Amino acid sequence: MTDIAWIDAALVGARPQAVGALLRYFRDLDAAEEAYQNACLRALKNWPQNGAPRDPAAWLIMVGRNSGIDAARRQKKQQPLPDEELISDTEDAEATLAERLDGEQYRDDVLRLLFICCHPGLPAAQQIAVALRIVSGLSVKQIARAFLVSDSAMEQRITRAKIRIAQADVPFEAPDAIARAERLAAVAAMIYLVFNEGYSAGGDTIAERAPLCHEAIRLARLLLRMFPAEPEIMGLTALMLLQASRARARFDAAGNIILLEDQDRSLWDRAMIAEGLALIDKAMRHQRPGAYQIQAAIAALHARASRPEDTDWAQIDLLYAGLERLQPSPVVTLNRAVAVGKAQGPAAALEMIEPLAGKLSGYFYFFGVKGGLLLQLDRHAEARVAFNQAIALANSAAEAAHIRAQLDRISADATTRDGTHA
Amino acid sequence: MLYAILCYNSEDIVSSWSKDEEAAVMARLIKVQERIDRDGRLGPVARLLPTTAATTLRKTHGEPLVVDGPFAETKEQLLGFYIIECETLEQAIEDAKELLHANAGVGGYEIRPLLVFQPGGKVA
Repeated sequence: MTDIAWIDAALVGARPQAVGALLRYFRDLDAAEEAYQNACLRALKNWPQNGAPRDPAAWLIMVGRNSGIDAARRQKKQQPLPDEELISDTEDAEATLAERLDGEQYRDDVLRLLFICCHPGLPAAQQIAVALRIVSGLSVKQIARAFLVSDSAMEQRITRAKIRIAQADVPFEAPDAIARAERLAAVAAMIYLVFNEGYSAGGDTIAERAPLCHEAIRLARLLLRMFPAEPEIMGLTALMLLQASRARARFDAAGNIILLEDQDRSLWDRAMIAEGLALIDKAMRHQRPGAYQIQAAIAALHARASRPEDTDWAQIDLLYAGLERLQPSPVVTLNRAVAVGKAQGPAAALEMIEPLAGKLSGYFYFFGVKGGLLLQLDRHAEARVAFNQAIALANSAAEAAHIRAQLDRISADATTRDGTHA
Repeated sequence: MLYAILCYNSEDIVSSWSKDEEAAVMARLIKVQERIDRDGRLGPVARLLPTTAATTLRKTHGEPLVVDGPFAETKEQLLGFYIIECETLEQAIEDAKELLHANAGVGGYEIRPLLVFQPGGKVA
């Protein structure tokens, strides 16, 4: 590996710890980011000559903190310095710092950095953008490309979000057990948002958004290393790995969606599946089920089936039933109905989704599933109506195209059956 | 004499590699591996899943303590390893417990699932 490549990987890898600790020292996000940037510049000069430090994060924190203090001293003439206690422990040496990084403070630093991105006042899209900028260190340009907006628009969004974060005043004391659990849950949800932003990309946006999945998995692994005994974090990591394992099989060359049952399973990423299965196995031992674990267990059953017909739909039905109890939602019931349709037939599934019609009247997948079930029951006219409703509600061109393909199938059937020729 | 070469690296860094970087590193390593293999000196090769997939059994005075994560104590040294086949993690834990009872005292056993295993077979 070239110098630049390994240094770059080390800087990216150390970023959450380093910025998190610098945020604790300076109590100011911009100051922390600037100090980190300065430390990175020093690393680029220093590391090729002297080799990588044993603990890159500790090195960056020490150098970043010193550069931040210098900057604060230079500004002293223009504006008053913050209280001395806000810039604590200026005498620390790298060794003590490194020691402390292994401790609880380090993990609370990273958790805090992730948590400030989950400000409830920020819309989901902004939480994702801020997390990608602050925690992952993606450039504004990269993020703008993923969201299909101009660089300046994304710059503005991030700046506005940062102002809200600064106003939110997240406490800097170490959180107690309850606060820590709440932060973990919020951060897990935010990481899953980042993942879904990448995973829901279709057709022409895959190349720009796929890295978001990779980034979410990296953050989840980081979180899991710091909180190794949290079964829901294991579940979240497993869920994302198992979903992402299918990335190469989900679209055809033209960018059309390929359904799970039609995917070429040899394209599934075996390494991701192995890791996902190991993690869900590990999570189950705790016997503290949660929504991520159940969803991961469902994904695991798909991953374990080497052919679609080997899928254990009855078990998937049971898992969705568990998820319904934990997190009642019409969307979960809809997903369960798909499993019921496979295990017990389309009539049972259709009966299950009929009561959802009111709640899901604006939901693309509801009409897609309904149309599919009606089609299996040979109720073509009703299927056509459902599919047309689905197309009207499609979120992307790929989704609409997928439904149109099903409609074409009905037309083709009708043509053969009637014996007419258009 | 048989030697084991144990691979150490930073997971923060390795998990920051892009797929291309990862593939490039692996291709270079495999070249070295193939050279040793041609000399007829290559035994089993394994790549472990990340430490997030690890479970550790620590020896205590009573029942062994099962904890999530890698073996983190620095006072003990790596002295050996087994590769076993198990249906579930539970089974691996049971096997490790048996080893632990046969060798009580200090230390413990870290259970890590394997991502890659090549038996090699040139070296018996």
